[in-house]
Amino acid sequence: MGPNCDMLDMFCPMHLTLDRAGHIAHVGPTLAKLRPDQVLVGQRFLEVFELRRPRSVEAMADLMAHAGTKLNLRFRDGQQTGLVGVLVAPPDFGGGAVINLSFGISVVDAVGDYALTGADFAATDLTIEMLYLVEAKSAAMEASRKLNLRLQGAKIAAEEQAFTDTLTGLKNRRAMDHVLSRAASGGGRFALVHLDLDFFKAVNDTKGHAAGDHVLQEVARILVEETRTEDTVARVGGDEFVLLMSGRMNRKRLARISERLVERLEKPIVFGEDTCQISASIGIVLSEDYAEPDIAQMQDDADFALYASKHRGRACHTFYDLSLRNAAFAGAAPPSSRGDNTTN
Amino acid sequence: MHGLINRAIQCFYRDTYGALAWGEVVRQLDLDFSDFEPMLHYDSALTHRMVDEMAAALGKEREAVLEDVGTYLISNPEVEAPRRLLRFGGVTFLDFLHSLDDLPDRARLAVEDLELPLLELRDHGANQFSLLCSGDLMGFGHVLVGVLRAMADDYGALVFLEHTGVFHGAEVIEITLIEAAFAEGRSFELGVARAEGQ
Repeated sequence: MGPNCDMLDMFCPMHLTLDRAGHIAHVGPTLAKLRPDQVLVGQRFLEVFELRRPRSVEAMADLMAHAGTKLNLRFRDGQQTGLVGVLVAPPDFGGGAVINLSFGISVVDAVGDYALTGADFAATDLTIEMLYLVEAKSAAMEASRKLNLRLQGAKIAAEEQAFTDTLTGLKNRRAMDHVLSRAASGGGRFALVHLDLDFFKAVNDTKGHAAGDHVLQEVARILVEETRTEDTVARVGGDEFVLLMSGRMNRKRLARISERLVERLEKPIVFGEDTCQISASIGIVLSEDYAEPDIAQMQDDADFALYASKHRGRACHTFYDLSLRNAAFAGAAPPSSRGDNTTN
Repeated sequence: MHGLINRAIQCFYRDTYGALAWGEVVRQLDLDFSDFEPMLHYDSALTHRMVDEMAAALGKEREAVLEDVGTYLISNPEVEAPRRLLRFGGVTFLDFLHSLDDLPDRARLAVEDLELPLLELRDHGANQFSLLCSGDLMGFGHVLVGVLRAMADDYGALVFLEHTGVFHGAEVIEITLIEAAFAEGRSFELGVARAEGQ
């Protein structure tokens, strides 16, 4: 073909020219690369390509009628890569036409399917820049995705390691376990106070969880106010609290604190239109009653004492004493019926 | 400093000298994490301390370490993305050289907040070039020398490269393109599976 085709090969390496009968007369170098085993020149254009839009184009005349509009087409055989094209019928072309093709949106797959390189695209074609962007953005997105996964993992780990009860701001069971084991191994004296709210379930059931949550927050405030900063207050279950009072604590002081706690907790708590009424049962153990403070044993005993308070009619405190267990054996209500795991 | 840069230096060290060696750098720097996040930002002073620490541990000049980072980024099979993204710059090594002026813009297209030093290629004719590299990342020129050396290999070009120091605030790399098609080079197909993140 003439010099026009050299120019077109450079400008539009995916073009082809048709003669007036609709046969392919020339194929640009990149388009030829898509069908390396076929001689496209000489074949009827509409037999090689299927026109998908506009449809019902069956003859060269139909095709020529669509000059200047966007054509959607694909190869009839082999890899059916989607192509877009536009046809121009120059007046000096003897009734023939030039069709320039491009991959359109299928370009990302096409460059892989046909092993294309930068040299297969015109220097002015933005395809390479687009492929660069696709690849660069994929890499950046992948890095972001991994970061998100790691952050999510870190968040879960942090929550698992948290020492704070989010509702009340008190320490949680995990934190209390740490504090207790430190207290036990530290050699100092301390008292362990188990506190369980009375009638809390009724508040939750009749006034709703929002009221229940408010009550728990108020309880937490009171517990903090009634203890010293060196003491530890934890919410270890739904309505169960543990107080670790450090230092030399005698029974008289602990009894006074317990009475004050019960007295304050029994004051009605206002929540919106509602008034919530609760109380508390308390069980207490002192480390000095143990030759070697064993945390599990102390918690179990404090729980036993707490249960004794419940059994005595709630709203009171009980110091643990071996006689409590003896009494239980002697026919009082068996305390082991508590279905939770406060002793753990 | 963009985390991508710190991460690249980390990966270079870890992949080249082992996880234990990297752990030692983490200890020396007193970091409270063991991996840089490529999408976060870090204090620039930390990057410089990290390179100093690596240079001390290896008994090398920091310039040599930086050049090794550049070589690693392009030639290590674990890290395909930088090589591929740079190969989009041109079909031949010469095209690639001329595309370096656009490198900071290209980098920003990929990662919006990644600021690379300004690059300017001066063509002195007879296959002699100077690459001027100016910005806050002093020492980046040495990384570039490693990158250019590895990219020349990748294209199969034979080049002579020399970092000639800093003039008027810009690091200068002298480039002599001895033979554009010296060896076969590595093939570059546009459509190879997407580059993995580092």
